[in-house]
Amino acid sequence: MSKYLLNKFLYTVDRDPDLVERYRADPRELVAWWEGSLSNALLNCPTPEASTWQRLTDEERSALIEHDHCKLFELGAHPFLTLTLFIAMFERDNSEPLEYQKAYGARMARFALPYPDIAT
Amino acid sequence: MASIVAVIASTHHPFYYRASTSTGADRPPFADEWVRKITAFRETLTRANPDVLVMVGSDHFHQLWLDNMPQFLVGKAPFYDANWYNEEREFGLPRMLLKGQEDLSAHILRAGLDAGFDLAFSNELRIDHSVTCPIITLRPEADLPIVPIYTNIFAPPLPQPSRFVALGEAIRRIVEDWPSHLRVAIIGTGHLSLELGGPRQFGPHGPDPEFDRRAVEWIATGDLDSCLREVSLESLHAPGNATHGFMDFMLMMGVAGAGAKADHVDTLDLFHTMEAYFTWYPNGVPA
Repeated sequence: MSKYLLNKFLYTVDRDPDLVERYRADPRELVAWWEGSLSNALLNCPTPEASTWQRLTDEERSALIEHDHCKLFELGAHPFLTLTLFIAMFERDNSEPLEYQKAYGARMARFALPYPDIAT
Repeated sequence: MASIVAVIASTHHPFYYRASTSTGADRPPFADEWVRKITAFRETLTRANPDVLVMVGSDHFHQLWLDNMPQFLVGKAPFYDANWYNEEREFGLPRMLLKGQEDLSAHILRAGLDAGFDLAFSNELRIDHSVTCPIITLRPEADLPIVPIYTNIFAPPLPQPSRFVALGEAIRRIVEDWPSHLRVAIIGTGHLSLELGGPRQFGPHGPDPEFDRRAVEWIATGDLDSCLREVSLESLHAPGNATHGFMDFMLMMGVAGAGAKADHVDTLDLFHTMEAYFTWYPNGVPA
């Protein structure tokens, strides 16, 4: 399990408007592209230098492809990153203020303290 | 030596800018009261007539990332660009450019290292809403040079709460020892109880009003003993999963000093989280 890599996905997609749109429109395509291009990128280094060992588990990949923010929470992804990216993708469909944010919280009602550990 | 003309601690609500500038049907019902409280809070800084602002906040995974994460970082640069694409997108925050005060940055870094705080530094730092929200609320002209200080309240493992207090106490001494005639305000922002990305988020109040009540009491009365006795890295999960931002308030209690009663205390019970505003005048209330 790689909480770090899940967070790296959420972080790199959230900060790029084009990737946010691609993740909303076709998550399977975007996740596959990301694993092939960014998962091993060292973010502050020139591209010839990269890691060689980063890999999502099947469970993590499925959670990302299914836009399953509850599963991401259960896996220990950083809740701020998940929330920020999902608001970027789905708040636009609101019919009233905070509708998506409230529904997002309601979908997580099954989680009680202690929440999954987010330490990386 | 420099004088500390105000110590200020505040929440940093990213929705204030949009709420306070919206009009007509877009203006939320709580906006007018919020603006009144912020205007009174702003006056507490204006009255102190500062020349320089030390700004304590926490990067929200904007420039600081898990491949290279500092616990405490001091900016040392002539300028700081501010606010990020995703803050513009979600909160409507404007892009800003703030001047830096490099002499004070260098002094804080040198003296902080010598005092036992292994501070990281950055010579090219784009700051985020933890610093720009208090600029917008307290000094919207954004005309004073700053020294940004970032703390890690966000990406565990985190420093202990007592370490935040100790750093605040050290910053107070260090700024007082700065060989300068300038008037310094030290401003820090954090959270009371807060939940982000969990089941208790975006409720009608903050997730733990009882924690908020006690927290405001600790801060307003400078009750560091009770605060340190009751707050731990573990206990802060209970009021809400983002409540570790309260440690930035604890840092500011360290700056203000044990037992220091705040000269200005105000709160606003909003949806999602409670706002709280505190000002201390170490040299007495300005005329």
